[in-house]
Amino acid sequence: MAERILSVDNLKVEIPVPSGMLHAVQGVSFKVDRGETLCIVGESGCGKSLTSLAIMDLLPTKANRTAERLELHGKNVLDIPEDEMADIRGNLMGMIFQEPMTSLNPAYTIGNQLEEALIRHRKVSRDEARDRAVYLLEKVGITAARSRLRQYPHQLSGGLRQRVMIAMTLMCGPGLIIADEPTTALDVTIQAQILLLLAELQKEFDMGLILITHDLGVVARVADRVCVMYAGQVVEQGSAKQVFENPTHPYTQGLLECIPIPGKTARGSHLGSIPGIVPSLVGEMNCCHFSDRCPYATDICRTQTVDLRQGFTADHDFRCVLTSEQCAENLKQKVPA
Amino acid sequence: MLFYALKRFGVAILVAVAVSIVTFSLLRFSGDPAAAMAGESATEEDIEYVRKHYGLDRPLPVQYADWAVKAMQGDFGESIYLKRAVSGILADRAPTTMILGALSLSFALILAIPLGVLAAMFPNTLVDRVALGIAVIGQALPSFFFALIMIIVFGVWLRWLPISGHASWLNFIMPSIALGYYATPAIMRLTRAGMMDVMSSDYIRTARAKGLKPRVVLFKHALRNAIIPVVSLSAVQLGFMLGGSIVIETIFSLNGLGNLAWQSIQRSDFEVMQAIVLTIASFYILLTFLADLLNAFLDPRIRVS
Amino acid sequence: MANGTVAAKLPSAQEILEPSASSLLLKRVFGHAGMTIGGGVLLFIFLIAILAPLLAPHDPFDQDLSKRFLDPVWGAKGTWLHPLGTDGFGRDYLSRMMFGAQTSLLIGFAAMLISGVIGTALGVAAGYFGGRVDMIITFIITTRLAMPVILVALVVVALIGSSLNIVIWVLGLLIWDRFAVVMRATTQQVRSMDYIAAAKALGCSTTRIIFTEIMPNVANALIVVATLEVAHAVLLEAALSFLGLGVQPPTPSWGLMISEGKGMMFFKAWVIAIPGFALFMLVLCINLMGDGIRDVTAPENRN
Repeated sequence: MAERILSVDNLKVEIPVPSGMLHAVQGVSFKVDRGETLCIVGESGCGKSLTSLAIMDLLPTKANRTAERLELHGKNVLDIPEDEMADIRGNLMGMIFQEPMTSLNPAYTIGNQLEEALIRHRKVSRDEARDRAVYLLEKVGITAARSRLRQYPHQLSGGLRQRVMIAMTLMCGPGLIIADEPTTALDVTIQAQILLLLAELQKEFDMGLILITHDLGVVARVADRVCVMYAGQVVEQGSAKQVFENPTHPYTQGLLECIPIPGKTARGSHLGSIPGIVPSLVGEMNCCHFSDRCPYATDICRTQTVDLRQGFTADHDFRCVLTSEQCAENLKQKVPA
Repeated sequence: MLFYALKRFGVAILVAVAVSIVTFSLLRFSGDPAAAMAGESATEEDIEYVRKHYGLDRPLPVQYADWAVKAMQGDFGESIYLKRAVSGILADRAPTTMILGALSLSFALILAIPLGVLAAMFPNTLVDRVALGIAVIGQALPSFFFALIMIIVFGVWLRWLPISGHASWLNFIMPSIALGYYATPAIMRLTRAGMMDVMSSDYIRTARAKGLKPRVVLFKHALRNAIIPVVSLSAVQLGFMLGGSIVIETIFSLNGLGNLAWQSIQRSDFEVMQAIVLTIASFYILLTFLADLLNAFLDPRIRVS
Repeated sequence: MANGTVAAKLPSAQEILEPSASSLLLKRVFGHAGMTIGGGVLLFIFLIAILAPLLAPHDPFDQDLSKRFLDPVWGAKGTWLHPLGTDGFGRDYLSRMMFGAQTSLLIGFAAMLISGVIGTALGVAAGYFGGRVDMIITFIITTRLAMPVILVALVVVALIGSSLNIVIWVLGLLIWDRFAVVMRATTQQVRSMDYIAAAKALGCSTTRIIFTEIMPNVANALIVVATLEVAHAVLLEAALSFLGLGVQPPTPSWGLMISEGKGMMFFKAWVIAIPGFALFMLVLCINLMGDGIRDVTAPENRN
């Protein structure tokens, strides 16, 4: 069995807002092994980005983070002093952000920003750091890497900047990389390149990768495991194979209907959509969060909370009052064969 | 970068020319310079003599051209009261005002930037409120009144500091505080707003995600960017301070350009007034030009493009 | 540079319009009470200034050399006959303070009106027409910014001769820069809005668009700058009068009173403290008022 890189148990993020307490992340649990890609999927505001920031301990100061367990390489990283956490960030785990245009400091050269993390964590000389930076820039597919080091972020295109960001997180050879919608802000043609690059690098350096996205097409291509989030909760998680072949939760089923799959979706057929809007997460909710958008919702769904339960296989959980068989039956009737 | 600098320099020269024209016209149209120079007890003949002697009977454009060409060579005419070349008098007085300006700006920056940064780091705390309180008072307190209060308290009651003259560096303390305090609110506000803005930016999050020490995040990544607009503002404020030096230098009897301006106004020393206005305006133009260059140097987006 | 075609660089309107320190402080302490308190005190000063002829216990010009520098009531020999004492000519200080408020407010508002007209005209023209007009006006603003205000005002007043009207006009003609900078930026913003394009498409004349579409939408910023400029003019008048080149004696002016009391300040600090404090309070309250208006009218606060 592969080495366990990250274990998260019952992670919660709460943010006080003028109208009450916003329960942004409500007890998320997952694990990432070495060489494994976990995709966290969901629409905007479902808490997937906050989950990733919570793991890095980079939440806004007013946000409140709790968890039963948060371990990196089997070592507790929950509620440790900030300076210890700073030793871990960028060293044992790195993060790639959504906006490559603003995520690099405009005042410093690419080289400076690449080198500083390695110098900070490994106490190497600037020359050694520079060699590592050149090596990684070439790895992420940037030509004339050595001369790029002297360039400023504004001289590079969005795609190039995101490559630089990726190289930057790899500087210390972290065991885990979290990529928060790394391709959302890029041109469609560049998106695919960056994604493939991430997947390649992950295999080559044998890291754990958490990829946060709202794009199921992306997930289908790179995920080993999938975690579907809705309104602050995990509604379904399991191996990518399981989730795509036997989507169980009505929300996951709905999401999958929204994307065309080459070879499966008939030409000219209508793509699905999920009616309704995401509920507000302020205050307590004693119901299934999906109940007001779910086509199968009954009174039970609207009056009691629902726990995760096991699906068809041991490695597959979903959060619904219906059994996995009932869900599968629903799906079968919906999709005319 | 060179193109940018040249363009800014060209604009600076144009502004300087425009200022000189405005200053010149303003002084000619505000009254009869010949009458002013001849003094209150002068007869018609005296005034006519002065008018001829100083070439004030020539058409205005000719007078301006004559004055401007000479001014460019550093010749601002002769002081009618001191009977000396104006340029020589200015050269004697300018250092005092330069020192005062430099000290005032230093005081303002030393007070405003740390307070602005602290206020941004700890919004809504005691530090923030103290900083804001200082700004509120600074915006409303007339500098000449503040100067008089300081004279009473530190000069007369406590006897810590000399209240007039320019014998030692101690003489510069109160004038610098009085003049510099006026610039503090603006610089502090801009530093605070800039820091708040930068600290919530994506690249600060990136810096923290790299595990950099809070000190490095603050000074290397945040302050460096937040300080860029403060540079321009400081130049502008220093220019204002040079203009405001007339009040403060007069109160503290500091022998600088401001005091000279006031004395020259009292003496109707026309050529000196004209030269001082132009000198201070030129300093302002030079300062804003230098600030533009410094800005470009600090901001690679301007420098490398 | 974004404004590559524009010849000169101007201070940003943001710096002027961004909620300032005082508003933030007071909002944290009292909510919007800062504006209420500032407005209240300001109204009080206004009433005193307007009603000065009725309220003043004495004629502010009435000299009595036998009663020079009498202490205020809280002083050792103070009496209620002269609650704030008397000045070097034996004139009642309270009465002179009341009439001095008239001078400050009159000059502050009049100078603001003059500079407001000039600055708004220039700023709106630059912002609306853009291009060459903008370039020229920007250059004019830059030139104006390079001229030291106090120094130029002093020189001009000294040459023309000083009087209340002269001071008003000189200040009014000098301090329009902030109006111009802010109006230019605000107009540029409004100009790019769809409703301006719609008005143009309907064939509205330029004058009509400026007065019915642009002006109402820049009015908030205009009011904020106007308030700040009243405070600015009050401070400048005080400085000019303090240097003896503003309002001329015997007209009561707070700046002039500080100047006249300077000689006695080591012995009787109240002589300068009273007008100085009044000046401070007046400017503080005008600023609070301006900050309050800015907060209330800021688009993000309108729900």
